[in-house]
Amino acid sequence: MLGLQEYLQSYHSYPAIKIVEWEEQEGLVDVPPRDLPEILSYCLDIRPRPIWLTHVVNDERQLGNGFCVYLVLHFPENDFSLTLVAKGIKDQFPTLSVIFPALNWSEREAQDLFGLQAVGHPDPRSLVLHPGWPLGFHPLRKDYKAGEEHKEFVRAPLVFPEMRGDGIFQVSVGPIHAGIIEPGHFRFYTLGEAVLHLEAQLFFTHKGIEKLLEGKSIEEGLHIIERVCGVCTVSHSLAYCAAVEKLASLEVPRKALLWRTILAELERVYNHVGDIGNMCAGVGLALGSANGSQCKENLQRLNLEFFGHRFLRGMVVPGGMKSIPGAQGSQAILNRLLGLSDDFEEWIPLLLGHEGFRQRAVATGILKTEVALDMGATGPTARASGIPIDWREFHAHLLYPELNVKAIVKQDGDCWSRLMVRVKETRESFRILNTLLREAMKGPEFDYDKPTFMALEEVKRMAPAWGCVESPKGTDVIWLMLDDECRIYRCRIRSASYANWPVVPLTVPGNIVPDFPLINKSFELCYSCCDR
Amino acid sequence: MLNMLLRKSKMGRLTEKGRNSLLLQTSADLPTCFRQSLQIRHLDCGSCNACDWEMTALSNSLYDHQHCGIDFVAAPRHADLLMCTGTGSTQLLNAAHETYEAMAKPKWVMAVGDCAVNGGVFKGAYASEEGIGEILPVDFKVPGCPPTPNDMMKALLQVMGKKVS
Repeated sequence: MLGLQEYLQSYHSYPAIKIVEWEEQEGLVDVPPRDLPEILSYCLDIRPRPIWLTHVVNDERQLGNGFCVYLVLHFPENDFSLTLVAKGIKDQFPTLSVIFPALNWSEREAQDLFGLQAVGHPDPRSLVLHPGWPLGFHPLRKDYKAGEEHKEFVRAPLVFPEMRGDGIFQVSVGPIHAGIIEPGHFRFYTLGEAVLHLEAQLFFTHKGIEKLLEGKSIEEGLHIIERVCGVCTVSHSLAYCAAVEKLASLEVPRKALLWRTILAELERVYNHVGDIGNMCAGVGLALGSANGSQCKENLQRLNLEFFGHRFLRGMVVPGGMKSIPGAQGSQAILNRLLGLSDDFEEWIPLLLGHEGFRQRAVATGILKTEVALDMGATGPTARASGIPIDWREFHAHLLYPELNVKAIVKQDGDCWSRLMVRVKETRESFRILNTLLREAMKGPEFDYDKPTFMALEEVKRMAPAWGCVESPKGTDVIWLMLDDECRIYRCRIRSASYANWPVVPLTVPGNIVPDFPLINKSFELCYSCCDR
Repeated sequence: MLNMLLRKSKMGRLTEKGRNSLLLQTSADLPTCFRQSLQIRHLDCGSCNACDWEMTALSNSLYDHQHCGIDFVAAPRHADLLMCTGTGSTQLLNAAHETYEAMAKPKWVMAVGDCAVNGGVFKGAYASEEGIGEILPVDFKVPGCPPTPNDMMKALLQVMGKKVS
């Protein structure tokens, strides 16, 4: 990234830009807050376009840095990640959402949780904290200690835009939905059956996990991180462990990397299969939903049998794996997976050849490529809109470089494309699992040592680190900073759902209300890891 | 007539029952009319989605709750039992109360998962209660993180007073 480094070095500003760290794969640069927009626009003009990993606001007033904004960008060409740090923010910072709309939610979140003002933000409504909290409640400031504020929460109306005209109706749905689904409020502005506009009000399950994590030890943190999202447990814990391992300069043995990759792929398979089934449930196609849920159940039973948990919790630990199955176990897993893969290939053609289903899914809920790029979409959502981003391909981690993973891309951006991306990725994951398990079978029985307890003296304190993993829903990023006692100082969880939720309402206008369940399920986003 | 009176008195007692009774103590108290069928409404009060997926799994062909007379309904008005997951996040409290209020009596509440039982790992977070018990009168508790579909099925059958092997 020679050009970028030279640009930053020659950038005239006061105080000057400080390049704190510049290595082959990562850079950390101090930037004055007011110059952040210009530098970000320069970065966004670089081709291939960088992707955003995370945007973190941190209260470093105790360190004399004021509030800080960390923006992590990844340049796919050289697998280089740049962290731009804007220190010394007092009560406001210039907005970046106008240049890069992907940061819209992050900045609104910072306004709510830190009480900072994003100057020039196009939509400064509150996001994470619903109206009804006491005034001046900014829980992520360091001087706030969890208190009784939740008892003072009063009922207050949510704020929605007005829309008037002949025949325009508002249809409000939620937060409690009919079915076993997570809570969120959707407001459709309709003209007849066609949707003109959709507003999604999420964050009903906001619990305050990021604040809860502060002051926790690394192990306690892992325990909570695993439970941020029910179905992306492995991805979240892998991302967290990657951040911890970066701070502690831990080397993970190859055998553990192998099993971590297997776990990540097992998670992808059971999620994708379940999601394909759920898409069918969205249009009431019992054939697909029954087969999908049955296949998912069998995969989860496999998880339980060989890893002790249906959602694979408790397996990944900093430095390695808690335990791994031996050669015989690997053989057994492989045999089961081969059976399930055959089962998958048997029922998936029934679905793909179903003309009624096809007609519902094709050209429904189109996400345009430009929109997906600007809004920073990730995962199958982005790949179905013609954007070839896959963290497994972009960044050398786990055993992915050896497996030659390529992003599976579809161009149309409709529900059908998102379905097809999932179908192909499932096949690809079965193939990857096959290769990996064959390698695992070669290893001798029980030659694995559990990672020893980390030497805390060597862990970097007060330094930022991030970990990143491609979850079934997209790239999960966990940003971590430890304090002087090696406890968590700030942990920011940017899940794939958080990055993808803002695009969902944009794909609905032009479709009819009954198509919304299908569109929503084609994204299959999680509310919990978005709301945290 | 006598039967109806008996049932009525029993129902009255059930609805006024203490908040934290254990599963086994109350299962025998259920009116016999609920032993054949149970209509459930799911209520997510800020869970991590794992309990909810396990609940969804009850409807797949390997568990198939419907053959036991158990069904999930869309409206709280149709429900006998409210299955709650999650810690009880503050921003959902109003909706949760309304859902409970909308149910017709007699009605029961089941806390599903460690979070719903006592807050689980999220104990002490600023925007959440420590379990559903703080906001709704809980009758049954199913611990686990998350409880497996087997656990849930057993609990539901016990609630209905059916024999569970």
